[in-house]
Amino acid sequence: MHAEEKMTYEKWPAAPEKQTLEAKNKFLGFWFFLGGETVLFASLFATYLALKDRVPSADHALAKDLFEMPLVFLMTMILLTSSLTSVYAMYHMKNFDFKKMQLWLGITVLLGFAFLGLEIYEFNHYVHEFHHTFTSSAFSSAFYTLVGFHGAHVTFGLAWIIALMVRNARRGLDLYNAPKFYVASLYWHFIDVVWVFIFTVVYLMGMVG
Amino acid sequence: MSTYAQKRGFGATLWDYLTTVDHKKIAILYFIAGGFFFVLGGIEAMIIRIQLAIPNNDFVSAGFYNEILTMHGTTMIFLAAMPLLFGFMNAIMPLQIGARDVAFPFVNALGFWLFFFGGTFLNLSWFLGGAPDAGWTSYASLSLASEGHGIDFYVLGLQISGFGTLMGGINFLVTIINMRAPGMTYMRMPLFTWTTFVASSLILFAFPPLTVSIFMLMFDRLFGSNFFVTAAGGNTIIWEHFFWIFGHPEVYILILPAFGIFSEIIPVFARKRLFGYSSMVFATVLIGFLGFMVWAHHMFTVGLGPIANAIFAVATMAIAVPTGIKIFNWLFTAWGGSVSFTTPMHYALAFIPSFLMGGVTGVMLAVAAADYQYHDTYFVVAHFHYVIVGGVVFAVLGGLQFYWPKMFGTMLNETLGKITFWLFFAGFHLTFFIQHFLGLWGMPRRIYTFLPGQGYELSNLVSTIGALLMAVATVVLVINIIITVKKNERIGNDPWGDGRTLEWAIPSPAPFYNFKQLPLVRGLDPYWIEKMEGKKGMTPAEPLGDIHMPNSSIIPFIMSFGLFVSAFGVMYRLDYAWGLPVLIIGLVITFGSMLARSLKDDHGFHIHKEDLIDDDNEKGVKA
Repeated sequence: MHAEEKMTYEKWPAAPEKQTLEAKNKFLGFWFFLGGETVLFASLFATYLALKDRVPSADHALAKDLFEMPLVFLMTMILLTSSLTSVYAMYHMKNFDFKKMQLWLGITVLLGFAFLGLEIYEFNHYVHEFHHTFTSSAFSSAFYTLVGFHGAHVTFGLAWIIALMVRNARRGLDLYNAPKFYVASLYWHFIDVVWVFIFTVVYLMGMVG
Repeated sequence: MSTYAQKRGFGATLWDYLTTVDHKKIAILYFIAGGFFFVLGGIEAMIIRIQLAIPNNDFVSAGFYNEILTMHGTTMIFLAAMPLLFGFMNAIMPLQIGARDVAFPFVNALGFWLFFFGGTFLNLSWFLGGAPDAGWTSYASLSLASEGHGIDFYVLGLQISGFGTLMGGINFLVTIINMRAPGMTYMRMPLFTWTTFVASSLILFAFPPLTVSIFMLMFDRLFGSNFFVTAAGGNTIIWEHFFWIFGHPEVYILILPAFGIFSEIIPVFARKRLFGYSSMVFATVLIGFLGFMVWAHHMFTVGLGPIANAIFAVATMAIAVPTGIKIFNWLFTAWGGSVSFTTPMHYALAFIPSFLMGGVTGVMLAVAAADYQYHDTYFVVAHFHYVIVGGVVFAVLGGLQFYWPKMFGTMLNETLGKITFWLFFAGFHLTFFIQHFLGLWGMPRRIYTFLPGQGYELSNLVSTIGALLMAVATVVLVINIIITVKKNERIGNDPWGDGRTLEWAIPSPAPFYNFKQLPLVRGLDPYWIEKMEGKKGMTPAEPLGDIHMPNSSIIPFIMSFGLFVSAFGVMYRLDYAWGLPVLIIGLVITFGSMLARSLKDDHGFHIHKEDLIDDDNEKGVKA
């Protein structure tokens, strides 16, 4: 099967994301990339844990003073749901239902923006209420770098998914763009997994002190 | 398609190389850039040795000496050794597994241009206010205090070239897993392919910690964060950990491909199959695995405590076991073989004892209690030059002589090659052997001069004379290359006569599609097997058909250039008003070209069957 071939529901294979050699390479290469990203975030987590609550003087806010459960719980739920909606999108991609895939990707993007908006609100809150800025202490630097790297990944993921949706809006699915949608959704899941760890290590462990 | 060898103007050739996605041309780019940086790092080494030739020398100032020693180390590791090895990986590995290209030709080009622009950026520091001066390890306690923009050049340059290396590593991994020819099972892969595979997985897991620590250093220096600022709660030891979590695997990233090159050279010139192939593979993987568990042996004197030091000491010593397996396998491969003493074989045979000496001092340094004595002395300098020059540089020089015909279709002069070898071999031992003793006598590393009457004069002079010999050897090599290119005597598929692996079954240089028909691999050393059965070439595994090829693209160049521009912006953001706009422009160029790449379909093109048949039959794989 050629990547450019016009596809129909009958011809659509069971694993459209890895039909051609290029697609197989993309699939595997992206998993390796996520392996490298895992080490990148592991390094950021290690730094955060080493520098947690390391502040120059007693008047700086610590983790237990900063975090509030309702906000981060809401953010977590939104991002987890967006992972679920991207699974629905891939389900429809595998069934050659382009319109429904776009719809669920659209919902994923909206949830992503909601998460990002809340994160911006959260950072803004810390800066103005607690004077917890990027430069105020080693703790704050490590916090904003870890959570901010995640936020940058969310931003990049949103731009990526939107670009794919717009680019392919008119022509539907084929074996050339199916792997592109698939790895974008893998990336989105990865972002979600990282957040699960941030929620646990930064927020939950932060609140208990 | 059949006229790829036609004469073209300089502009067309330049454009061809700027846009190429062909792994063989990218290899040549890596060799040109890596060779340039190798010479640059060599000049820096000569300045170091001239300064230290006599006591109280004032050839260079103390501050400039710090810049020179920093740039010598950084250049040699990141901009010479790694790119030269990447050159070999690109040039040879796809041919060895019977592939028509790497898995991601576009990303391959991007990796090269990122390295090129990162290295260029780093070296522009010489002209823009001074080079980095905190050593190649750039410990945060030193580098945060360094004035000017030297360290910023280090941070941004290495970040950009590091992205390129990471992409190269992923590319080679996927290529080896997905693109092997029919019959090329994992345990039939040549050792160089195996070592490329393991080195690439080390790159994948070792470079992200460097990326993170470099980001943190950049944030601390340019954005006011406090990761390493003790007064604000920071901790400079974090940098040391991350640097060595990257840095120790890095030395295996360098040495494993070197092992691979020697494992190719020795069987060819001993005319015997590699002794203990499976144990070689096992040892390679084990070295790669253990390489991640020993980083703190660079930090024995930090004060991590006796338990941590003991664990890391034992883990380090354990690496001597798989390395020893390899040494014996090379010896047993040559043992009883019908050895022909060509230039590559000279390097291979000289490598074994030279590298072994570096290994033995490595075990000495692994003894944590004794390391307090050796730490930061010339003993350490001698040790790592024995493994890196005696291992990696010998492999690069030997491999260059060995694979030159496969890359360029003409052979380097053997006599001049042997002159280079003997000068280099003698110069290398003269330079570094004595440094073990200098270190044991107490001479610290990274000092710009020493006083007379402390017993260091003669040894330092001997060391400098040795360095001169290596410089002369390099000049002879350059003369050799010029003569060879000028003469341009064409040679056939298998110029050494005893090639064992797939790359020797196809024309030299390989046609741009590599294999007209993918070969059928029937065992280890597939070409040797066919030759032993009286066949002229490989049996094809597929009928002659259309070949799918990737399109050339200028986007990798532009994407990397964007990061190069933005690096200036981020560095001068606080000094000049134009910094921020330049930063934004650079990022727009990079992300814009990423978007362009994503939006524009790139299906590549097909070479049609008829054109392949038209192609000079001599150059194709015989069916």
